[in-house]
Amino acid sequence: MSELLRINDLRVAFPTDDGLVRAVDGVSLSVSSGETVAIVGESGSGKTVTSLSVMGLHKKGSAQMSGSISVAHDGGFLDVISASEEEIRSMRGRSVAMIFQDPMSALHPYYKIGAQLAEAYLVHNPGKKKEAISRAIEMLDLVGISEPAQRAKEFPHQFSGGMRQRVMIAMALMNSPKMLIADEPTTALDVTVQAQILTLLASLQKEFNMGILLITHDLGVVAQVSEKVNVMYAGRIVEQGGVDDIFYNPMHPYNLGLLKSVPRISATGSERLKAIPGQPPSLISLPAGCAFAPRCEYIKFADSNACATQMPALVGTSASHTSRCHIDESKRQASFSDAMKEVR
Amino acid sequence: MYRFIGRRFFFAVLTILAVSAVVFAIFSVLPFDPASLTCGQRCTPQIIEGNRIKLGFDKPIYEQYWLFLSGIFVGRTYGSGQAAFSCPAPAFGYSFNENACVTEMIKESLPVTLNLAIGALVIWLFIGISLGVIAAKFKSRWPDTTGSVFVLLGTSLPTFVTGLALLIWVSIKWKIVPMSLDGYVSVLDSPGRWFMYFILPWITLAIAYAALYTRFTRAAVLDTLGEDYIRTARAKGVKERTVLFKHTLRAVLAPIITLAGLDFAGLIGGAIITETIFNLPGLARLTLRSVYEFDLPVVLATTILAAVVVIVMNLIVDMLYAVLDPRVRM
Repeated sequence: MSELLRINDLRVAFPTDDGLVRAVDGVSLSVSSGETVAIVGESGSGKTVTSLSVMGLHKKGSAQMSGSISVAHDGGFLDVISASEEEIRSMRGRSVAMIFQDPMSALHPYYKIGAQLAEAYLVHNPGKKKEAISRAIEMLDLVGISEPAQRAKEFPHQFSGGMRQRVMIAMALMNSPKMLIADEPTTALDVTVQAQILTLLASLQKEFNMGILLITHDLGVVAQVSEKVNVMYAGRIVEQGGVDDIFYNPMHPYNLGLLKSVPRISATGSERLKAIPGQPPSLISLPAGCAFAPRCEYIKFADSNACATQMPALVGTSASHTSRCHIDESKRQASFSDAMKEVR
Repeated sequence: MYRFIGRRFFFAVLTILAVSAVVFAIFSVLPFDPASLTCGQRCTPQIIEGNRIKLGFDKPIYEQYWLFLSGIFVGRTYGSGQAAFSCPAPAFGYSFNENACVTEMIKESLPVTLNLAIGALVIWLFIGISLGVIAAKFKSRWPDTTGSVFVLLGTSLPTFVTGLALLIWVSIKWKIVPMSLDGYVSVLDSPGRWFMYFILPWITLAIAYAALYTRFTRAAVLDTLGEDYIRTARAKGVKERTVLFKHTLRAVLAPIITLAGLDFAGLIGGAIITETIFNLPGLARLTLRSVYEFDLPVVLATTILAAVVVIVMNLIVDMLYAVLDPRVRM
């Protein structure tokens, strides 16, 4: 297992008329070949901003970035934050490819599927048009599109949503990237199609030993495909751990809140969904301490003064499972136990 | 695709028929006696009655409409015997004021208007699209702010101001472009004189439209640059120049062409101010003169012609759109 991506203390802020929006505030994570690392969080938690940072896709001048993002590229590592536009461009789609949330709008409506796929190859292998086209058909076949040569001549609107996401995946595979960033790849799809796409991603990962960074807000998707999970809240990682740790031994009240809010089939009809009370904070004026403190149901188990004034460090019982919370480990087990019974 | 075109074509013909009927009806209920307008001061009731019969104004209106329609296809003869005169097909009527077939008058003025409109269209598309793309590319920087000054001036200055200003300074004071006194020349006869004849009217019209198209293109490019498929292109590693000139411009082109087709159609009957300032004997001038002189057959014909041009351009634009946007193809 070789490391493909290492993000260290990434901070991304966007200046606006109302103030500085701190979208990502000190995120560190890594992805190695063959593993799937998930970033979970609600809208505005910074997960998509993190993934776009890796691709260097923030608009020039609009984002203030610090920290480091090292991407395995051409046998070495490329630091996306300090690299030139030209270096980043040669990395995009070749070392790291990306698929997006809405396959309906992610494909150009005026160009044929085959041409769009071929372009992904031609950008990095100029002039090899024949190769690009045959590869496009090969990739369409690989992602399970029947009669690929025929369908390559069709336009995106002639494909269904699930098929378009397959096309997006085929496009991502055009240059055999070592790493794939999947930004909410199943959010816009029907549940049955979701399962097909996830299965496809998993089998392709196995075949090419790709590292996948999966961005999602769907805990079901996380449980199904990922090995490592990062839970984000208000631009920070609040809990980081293996998938079993995150689901069966949550350390952060926010993660516990997410687990509790998942609807259960066993629930009686009159039971209400258990939403986390309150709203996420504004990213312009984050609280000085823990960003989750104003919504935290378990604040009574911690030193509430510390919660309000000090940002907790990302620490844990082991290096592989950490969280940002002031609740003492000894109190946590007891205070979470009732809720955990419910979750199971 | 062919069925789509066929259906559109059928409805276009139907619309043209309806428009011509409505225009015809409006002109026949107007409170003048068209026959009394056909002769000057020394008119006698006998002459008026004679002309009424010659021009067919004595017949019931549906018959007049039928004669008008059939005249378009087979030509029309007015009067009988020695005094008869005829207009060959397509005949749109006879102007007593000018003693000429309306078709002949249109044949003389239409080329002027077409030259004016096509030249202006080329100029304003070139300027409008270029400035719009540049403004979008350099949003909020100096090319964009300078561009917005141009847009503001171009949209707020009426053509009679820009046209007169060009005429006074460029033609009269600086004498860069000579005032054309010898009338319209075809590009085939003398390209140089043709260019000098039209350059100021072109610029006058183009400034107003280029400003609109700059604004439109800028907004469309900015919109498109925010599209998911543009992000996809960038994520593939496509060069920023290719993103702009291939992926973005391709998407922006279809609505621009639609707009251009309709604006062009509007100019065929509607460049009244520009044609008047520069003394161009075009269609709008012909219409204007005929309205002043109550030359009803000419007004009728030019009105219908303007409507036909709009309908035909709509048809062409629809077909072009189907070519440009695969989602519209059937």
